[in-house]
Amino acid sequence: MTHRVAVTGIGAISAFGETFADLWAGLAVGRSAIRPLTLVAPSALRFPNAAEVPDYDPLRHFDEKEAQMLDRFAQFAAVAAREAIRASGIEFSPELGERTAIVLGCSGGGKSTEDDGFHHLYGLKEPRVSPLTIARSMSNAGASRVSFEYGITGPVFTVSTACSSANHAIGQAFRMVRSGEVEVAITGGSEAPLSMGFLKAWEAMRVVAPDTCRPFSLDRRGLILGEGAAVLVLEPFERARARGAKILGEIAGFGMSSDAHHITQPSAVGAARAMRAALIDAGQAPEAIGYVNAHGTGTPANDATETEAIKSVFGPHAQKLLVSSTKSMHGHTLGAAGALEAAATVGALQCGLIPPTANFTAADPACDLDVVPNTPRVAQIEFGISNSFAFGGLNAVLMFRKPA
Amino acid sequence: MPEDLISRVTGVIASTQKIPPETVTIDKSFEELKIDSLDGINILFALEGEFDVDIPDDAARSIRTIREMVEGIEKLLAAKAQAAQK
Repeated sequence: MTHRVAVTGIGAISAFGETFADLWAGLAVGRSAIRPLTLVAPSALRFPNAAEVPDYDPLRHFDEKEAQMLDRFAQFAAVAAREAIRASGIEFSPELGERTAIVLGCSGGGKSTEDDGFHHLYGLKEPRVSPLTIARSMSNAGASRVSFEYGITGPVFTVSTACSSANHAIGQAFRMVRSGEVEVAITGGSEAPLSMGFLKAWEAMRVVAPDTCRPFSLDRRGLILGEGAAVLVLEPFERARARGAKILGEIAGFGMSSDAHHITQPSAVGAARAMRAALIDAGQAPEAIGYVNAHGTGTPANDATETEAIKSVFGPHAQKLLVSSTKSMHGHTLGAAGALEAAATVGALQCGLIPPTANFTAADPACDLDVVPNTPRVAQIEFGISNSFAFGGLNAVLMFRKPA
Repeated sequence: MPEDLISRVTGVIASTQKIPPETVTIDKSFEELKIDSLDGINILFALEGEFDVDIPDDAARSIRTIREMVEGIEKLLAAKAQAAQK
């Protein structure tokens, strides 16, 4: 027997603050949280801005010993998971813990931990690095931390597919709940990529904007990196209803594809196949969709290719879609991107308010869709999709439904 | 354009692309040499090292031919020489 999959808890930590309410409050008014970098000296970089979690203090969430054990990305995962689980109202008994999965996306892992260790080794010429380096930097550190806190002893793993990590993770969790393999899933993604070594690597790729992120704009100059995490709690509809939980949204389908094309160049064909796969998985026609939370990185290549892909999947209906990129506000958080965007999409359908594409200046003929420029749009929409397309040509698309 | 500058630039491109130097001539386009966007930024990185210059992202984006690449480096070297005189 398969189940309809309800979202009953959301947690988020982002450039807007340390709760989902902070994220939604920013997105709902179209405010961009892209600001000057403070975690590293921006004078050493070609780009001065990022979407940092403001004034983050680990000791508000962890004691000193715990904080020492956890890289920033793993802390973010735990902070978002705590909020999501609290919101869901689920108490984990040992029995339920065994029937619960944790699937989190993470692209880079503990980059600042590695960077710091290697600075001691190569820069300061010290002969050794901290013995906590591996435990802090491994990409599953966040998922494991959440499992310890709640006694989750079912399937726990991390998915790492660059910018599609969180969508792939949520998709796996969705399918495990839908099939009945687990009773509850804690899923999303986290990332803390703002270390100098990793930022230098992004600088060398020449895809980061020197000003801000302007998805679908004629004068877009690239992405803006961000950090954070978002976590969703998933469970079958009947379980949520039986315990009187508030259903925030539904995951209705999931589709994946690979471009098998190029390590960095996007492909409209591959992206379109993932969107079609999500529609087929949900058993919905293209005309059922009203909103697309776009991958929308703000690079010249992505936004034009994504537009082409959307038009090929939706045909004439593409012109009726509302398409927005919330990366214009919370930045591109890599392995957390799909998770923050899932939270945004659930919020949009639930509230009947579509977050805009912020920082929009001028229309690009190559991006001729309704990209909800700058101003949020009131719209009652039943189905929305959220796109993630990764370097390496790996595409993952989630479909969400407004709570019944 | 000075011949030695052309040969240094084409030499860097050939060694980055792992192709015979004689195939990289001034009138070739990136497309003809099968240089894609990722190859392009890898070449820019090597040229920055070779000439000790900083190639801005926006300038890099519009370059499509070997000739434009040599001209771009020539301009950056002239600007660097001028800055050094001040």
